[in-house]
Amino acid sequence: MPNSHPFPSGPLARYLLQIADDQLIMGHRNSEWTGLGPILEEDIAFSSVAQDQVGHALAFYEYLQAECGAGDPDQTAFNRPENQMLCNGLVEQPIGDYAFSLVRHWCYDHAVRLRYESLSGIPNQTLQSIAVKLRGEVKYHTFHADTWMKSLLEGSEESRFRMLAAIKEVWPLALGMFESWVGEEDWLVELAGSGQGWYPGEAALRLQWQEQAFRSLQTWGVDVEKLGLEKMDPVLGGRQGYHTVHLAPLLEEMTAVFRLDPQAEW
Amino acid sequence: MVTPTESADLKDSNLKGNIPDGLTPDLLRYWEVLDQVPDPEIPAISVVDLGIVTRLTVGDGGVVQVVLTPTFAGCPALKWMEKTVREALLEAGAPEVEVQTTFENPWTSDRISEVGREKIRNFGLAPPPRRRPGCVGPDLEALAHAACPRCGSENTSMKSPFGPTLCRSLHYCFDCLEAFEQFKPL
Repeated sequence: MPNSHPFPSGPLARYLLQIADDQLIMGHRNSEWTGLGPILEEDIAFSSVAQDQVGHALAFYEYLQAECGAGDPDQTAFNRPENQMLCNGLVEQPIGDYAFSLVRHWCYDHAVRLRYESLSGIPNQTLQSIAVKLRGEVKYHTFHADTWMKSLLEGSEESRFRMLAAIKEVWPLALGMFESWVGEEDWLVELAGSGQGWYPGEAALRLQWQEQAFRSLQTWGVDVEKLGLEKMDPVLGGRQGYHTVHLAPLLEEMTAVFRLDPQAEW
Repeated sequence: MVTPTESADLKDSNLKGNIPDGLTPDLLRYWEVLDQVPDPEIPAISVVDLGIVTRLTVGDGGVVQVVLTPTFAGCPALKWMEKTVREALLEAGAPEVEVQTTFENPWTSDRISEVGREKIRNFGLAPPPRRRPGCVGPDLEALAHAACPRCGSENTSMKSPFGPTLCRSLHYCFDCLEAFEQFKPL
């Protein structure tokens, strides 16, 4: 195979690739609800969110191709070995039950919202436009997730019990979304040196995300302390190319058609 | 092919379309051609009225350059629209056509023309509410009581922010006792 998928270089490219890989894998996972949603509207909702997410991944893969020397978006998405994928462990997990998928959706899309809000402050017209555009779309995702978190946490005893269990299961994985990555520290120094404050770094993003998440959970009557969320350790590795056992089979399935003829025109 | 020209009553109305003013005859002709290219998901409205054509220029040798911007980043109809735009212009006599899609002038639902909004309503969808000043991103509060496209009532509720296509949400009208769809604000 010709080397048609050069790895983009530089911290900005790497950061964008992480976002894109998260979106691609999350979109693929969410699409697994198509045809299986508990009610028609939810089937459609998860399918639509999935469609958005794959579209967002594409927007970044296209930018990486145009501006950062990456290969064709299809090659970047479907033709990288597992250890070159930079997605986090949360998005790799199978869909589980609906409570798990909803809590993941809520945790994930709020994190994406924060990333897009931050990215829309970048002094780069193209990326700024992309971030502003995608941020608008994510507003529908967080709205949908918030609605169901509230309904089910304030719903019946069973729904509340199942949501609380899902929150505990998701949390360490969700914290892993903010794993520090190779080059981040130097980049933060460089950004600060050139007066760019748009990217606060992973640790700061995590704090911001967790603070907002706790506030919402408390409004819905969740005792954050009792659940032990503050003391949980993140599941790490994804940003370094070390993945949970669920990514390999997912990639295998996701790329099966592509691998039949990697140079095919679609 | 379905063309978005029907509703004769709209033709004579004073509602504004999205074709810019003060164009040279050449450019005007090309814009008018694109104003006949339907959106594949809501064929009642043209790609011009939808607001996804952000630039049209004629370069050296008469090459027509068109810039499109997607309504939603994951819009599956985009490639199709690039193709139909190119074909329509070639058919209208453009010697060569270059179609590019960018996020340069990101689409918002406020880019839909007045004519377009009326056509969306006639198609049976509620047109997107205009963004209130100061609102960042889509105005979801306005969606909670979207006006029913049939009876105009705002005694409605949103059933789901996601509908049959990325750009539609699902609603219910308590006066008509009927479900309806809304073209989502973005």
